[in-house]
Amino acid sequence: MRSAPPIDAFTLRRRPPQEKLIDIGFRQLTLVLAASVGIILLAIFLTVFSGAREAMATFGFKFLTTSAWDPVNEQYGALIAIYGTLVTAILSLLIAIPIGLGTAIFITEDLLPSKLREAIGLMVELLAAIPSVVLGLWAIFVMEPAIRPFLNLLHTTLGWTPFFSTAPQGSGTAPAILILVVMVLPIITAISRDALNQVPIELRQGAYGVGTTRWGAIFNVILPAAVSSIMGGVMLSLGRAMGETMAVTMIIGNSLNFSVSLLAPGNTIASMLANQFGEADGIQVSALMYAAVVLMVLTFVVNVLAQWIVRRLSLRY
Amino acid sequence: MSLSTPPPINHFTERLTLHYDPGLKRNRFNQVANAIAAFFAALAVVPLFLVLIYVLIQGGRLISLQLLTDLPPAPGLEGGGIGNAIIGTIVVTLIASLIAIPVGVGGGVYLSEYAQNGWFSKFVRFGNDVLAGVPSIISGVFVYSLIVATRVFFDQSFSAMAGGIALSVLMLPTVIKTTYEGLLLVPQEMRMGAYGVGASRFVTITQITLPAAFTPIATGVVLGIARAAGETAPLIFTALFSPFWPEGLFHPIATMSVLIFNFAIMPYEAQNELAWAASFVLVIMILGANLLARWISHASRS
Repeated sequence: MRSAPPIDAFTLRRRPPQEKLIDIGFRQLTLVLAASVGIILLAIFLTVFSGAREAMATFGFKFLTTSAWDPVNEQYGALIAIYGTLVTAILSLLIAIPIGLGTAIFITEDLLPSKLREAIGLMVELLAAIPSVVLGLWAIFVMEPAIRPFLNLLHTTLGWTPFFSTAPQGSGTAPAILILVVMVLPIITAISRDALNQVPIELRQGAYGVGTTRWGAIFNVILPAAVSSIMGGVMLSLGRAMGETMAVTMIIGNSLNFSVSLLAPGNTIASMLANQFGEADGIQVSALMYAAVVLMVLTFVVNVLAQWIVRRLSLRY
Repeated sequence: MSLSTPPPINHFTERLTLHYDPGLKRNRFNQVANAIAAFFAALAVVPLFLVLIYVLIQGGRLISLQLLTDLPPAPGLEGGGIGNAIIGTIVVTLIASLIAIPVGVGGGVYLSEYAQNGWFSKFVRFGNDVLAGVPSIISGVFVYSLIVATRVFFDQSFSAMAGGIALSVLMLPTVIKTTYEGLLLVPQEMRMGAYGVGASRFVTITQITLPAAFTPIATGVVLGIARAAGETAPLIFTALFSPFWPEGLFHPIATMSVLIFNFAIMPYEAQNELAWAASFVLVIMILGANLLARWISHASRS
């Protein structure tokens, strides 16, 4: 038997100090870069909050419940904008959820050849890529004139309800809701599609095995299994719809007068910021910052809720 | 009962043969539901076609060399172009990319390669999701109060730099997320192999791990750039607008998205037409970038 080679046949390579230095330096660099996310987020909150302090001290919580927006007398209340933000976001979601979910089911269940399904999926994704300012331009010059007769019809037939009590006059809340539907539809569709695709094949096979129809399987097995991700996606799109600025600003009319009617011009926090922030001074800047705080808190709550839903409500199967 | 004998033909087995009765309530419901889903899918695709058709026709018919290289006209005048806005969009998006890509890739590397899944990395990932959900207009407000109102850059207020920084805030979460998720897909064996032949951590990451994750990172980065190029809200009161050629990084600059916004709500036909033309250029650029991203991820898979 041969003896083992002497240990010094292997020369251990000592790492040169500059290699160690680079290693440690690179690690610290990436650490700082990762921390920058938290720093930026904190900086955003601090900047907007400190800008809003003056208005918070002056108007207090009355800011949220009054609707005066009067730069001459320096009276500010954001009720119109808050109401508009919530109404446009929620109504647009109510329209977009069935359409988006229906589309997602249509392109995940094998109703069509897969080439065609992929094409529809691609088209919906490309819709998400179109900049919102282009959608706003299209809404002003194409969509709004096209739906005017329909809005007129709504006014003449349902004018007795407060929601359609004013005659449509071009820009208004209703066209803004429709363009928001176009904007959140791709998000809901994409997230629902991913959620449906992740439902294990065994669940479908089991459902079909006991003899249900396609839609029996969808409603009783597949949708319940995917509901948490879909709900999370819906909440994410709610946040997106509340913060959406350009397309809404261009079509909603930016009214400073409160109206329940969906056909009348309205306002949202984001469009108020887009319109007034550049030209505001004095306490108006602070009031706008206060409105920005409200918007930030709203979207923050919705986004955190979205993450929580995905984590907590997911079915264990 | 013996298994080998065929069962006698009786009423029971007849009911076992496959047959489909379209008149059954559940089958009728199935048909209706299929039709509704198809209708919704058609409805979801319609806006894309309508928007694309109008942008391509209304904008495409105006496209000429003069339009791509001229300055916008004064209100009320005819002609002119969007040359300064095209350059401005490229400049501002480039600034945003130069900030967001290194920071985002670095942050993603930390999360995937170094972090121990402790409170810090959880906080960063949570913060990243929150940052991704911050409305774009808020990023404009933030950069306005931080940079524009304080005039930190050479006593200049509105500037291309401020616009680029505002856009980078929006790009950053996308880049971090795609880098992080792309790096997680790299098999652990590749890192082990690199360490095994004596590579340092730094060399492993820069020579092995990052190149292996190039495709998903590149796809995400291209999509992030495309999204930033179309953003308007953060630019309205950071980069502002300018009817002139760009004067430098620390002066207001025209961008296509702000041009569309400003010119769409002007009561002049010539300006409205320029808004359509700018939409055409912007949409072509962005759809091109999207198809490029798709091609990158597709080319690597096959």
